[in-house]
Amino acid sequence: MSADSIIPPRAVAVPHPVSALVRRIRALDWRPLLSFAAIIALWFAAYEFNWVRAKFLPSPVAVVERLWFEIHSGTIVTDLLETLRRNIIGLAIGGFIGLALGALLGISSGFAKIVGPTVLAQRQTALFAWVPLLSVWFGGADVGKIAFISVAAFQPIVINTWRGLTLVPKTYKELAESLSFTRWDYVRLVAIPNALPTIFTGFHAALIYAWLATVGAELFLNIAPGLGGRLTEGSQLFEIDLLFLTIILFGIVGLFYNSLAERTEGLFLKWNSR
Amino acid sequence: MTISQTLTAPARTGATRGRASVAGLLTPARTAALKTTLWGLSFPLGLLALWWISSDAGWLPAQILPAPLVIWESFAELLQDGSLWVHTWASLERVAVGFALGALFGLIFGAASGLSPTFRAYFYPPVQAVARVNVLAWMPLLALFLGIDEELKYVIIAWSTAIPIILGTARGIENVSPSLLELGAAFNFRTRDRLRLIVLPASLPSIFTGLREGLANAWQTLVLVELFASFEGLGYLMVWGRQLFQLELVIVSMIIIGVIGLLLNIVLRWIEGLGQHWKTEVGDER
Repeated sequence: MSADSIIPPRAVAVPHPVSALVRRIRALDWRPLLSFAAIIALWFAAYEFNWVRAKFLPSPVAVVERLWFEIHSGTIVTDLLETLRRNIIGLAIGGFIGLALGALLGISSGFAKIVGPTVLAQRQTALFAWVPLLSVWFGGADVGKIAFISVAAFQPIVINTWRGLTLVPKTYKELAESLSFTRWDYVRLVAIPNALPTIFTGFHAALIYAWLATVGAELFLNIAPGLGGRLTEGSQLFEIDLLFLTIILFGIVGLFYNSLAERTEGLFLKWNSR
Repeated sequence: MTISQTLTAPARTGATRGRASVAGLLTPARTAALKTTLWGLSFPLGLLALWWISSDAGWLPAQILPAPLVIWESFAELLQDGSLWVHTWASLERVAVGFALGALFGLIFGAASGLSPTFRAYFYPPVQAVARVNVLAWMPLLALFLGIDEELKYVIIAWSTAIPIILGTARGIENVSPSLLELGAAFNFRTRDRLRLIVLPASLPSIFTGLREGLANAWQTLVLVELFASFEGLGYLMVWGRQLFQLELVIVSMIIIGVIGLLLNIVLRWIEGLGQHWKTEVGDER
């Protein structure tokens, strides 16, 4: 992206679109593509020559066919949307609470002294250890799932918000002191801008954890419409093409979230260093 | 001199620093640490008191949260009949095996992709793609191939352990400062010496960070696989408690999982600290 915006001013003549394409293809590292191609070829071969029992390995064609079938007459799109809906609601709730508590911890050192260690300690409980308890409290249906996703999103955000607000370089603190900033001015002009990149790192982690939790909630709690339900369906009914398709969809969403977060994070960092 | 005086006086004046206080143990630094600990404990203790009172008064139904005393009794009972030990041991064993496998693979793969750009170009992106699909989504598929016995648990724990270790190792080796490498070239180091004297020490901090994150992941994933399918282990104990509606079992297991996680983290921070010895000024520039 950044390369595109740099090249035009430098080029005197209008760059020929075809040559630009050629240049881009030449610049492309083909080696990873080669290994991906090898994996797909292996997959085809394993299917064709029956290296693995067909029960365990669908042909790549079957997976594509299944996708076609699911889009036209199945429920996979609804499932995907259901899963994303839960994920986003959980992320919003957990993110909001995490941000609020993290801000409180970052701004008031007294509050941090009393509550901070508990927040740090509760992080040590493995995330999935919350599942049974939350399922008792909120039930195994939608509310329980969203509660679990919220917990997953909450943890990295609260820690990073808190850390971002407290870890201000000493020189900034001294500058604020010598300018005799009020507490509010200090928070507004020094602490928050300084914390933003760290807070965003927290959001990045929260996206990943919340996605993990979304998959987990759908696998471990009640079966409901959603990708996790299809995963269970695929493995229990031995519909191996459905299983592969769902795994690939999970991967695509994860990949999308990750690149989204990385891009936004990069934007924030650029802004911060200006 | 009374205890309360020694608690406050050194911190305030510093004049008493040289004088022997109670048993000579309360140096200003220790007093400060003690204070921090007490402040930190005040909140959970307050919550505990609130919990205790509200269960006693019947405001908090046992189906939502059993009384602290009930949880303590259930803990004592589990401890006495030895079942707690059996479950904890089963979990620890799984983590140990899975972590060992994952660390081995992660270190080898990470080192190979850090040292050889060609290896990295071919093999790194596919592994990364696989790692991006989270391990939970692979679980039903792996369960078809491996069954739901110990193999599945080992593989999944190893998998999630390996990812941060691969990243940490590859990054550590890649980021070895060029000036150090130039120095090595000026000394005409052989490859083996270059690896032993420059690359290894310079990348150790990053490798240790990877190992710590790997172990944290292993512990997280353990709970996950035990929820998925198991007949013993702390995760199983939770599922069992949940099914019997014995919340005290769920909470006892949660607390033990948390405490072990905390201990693992402390140990690993210490190990990571050892790794930081090699962190040099030159190695720091990026």
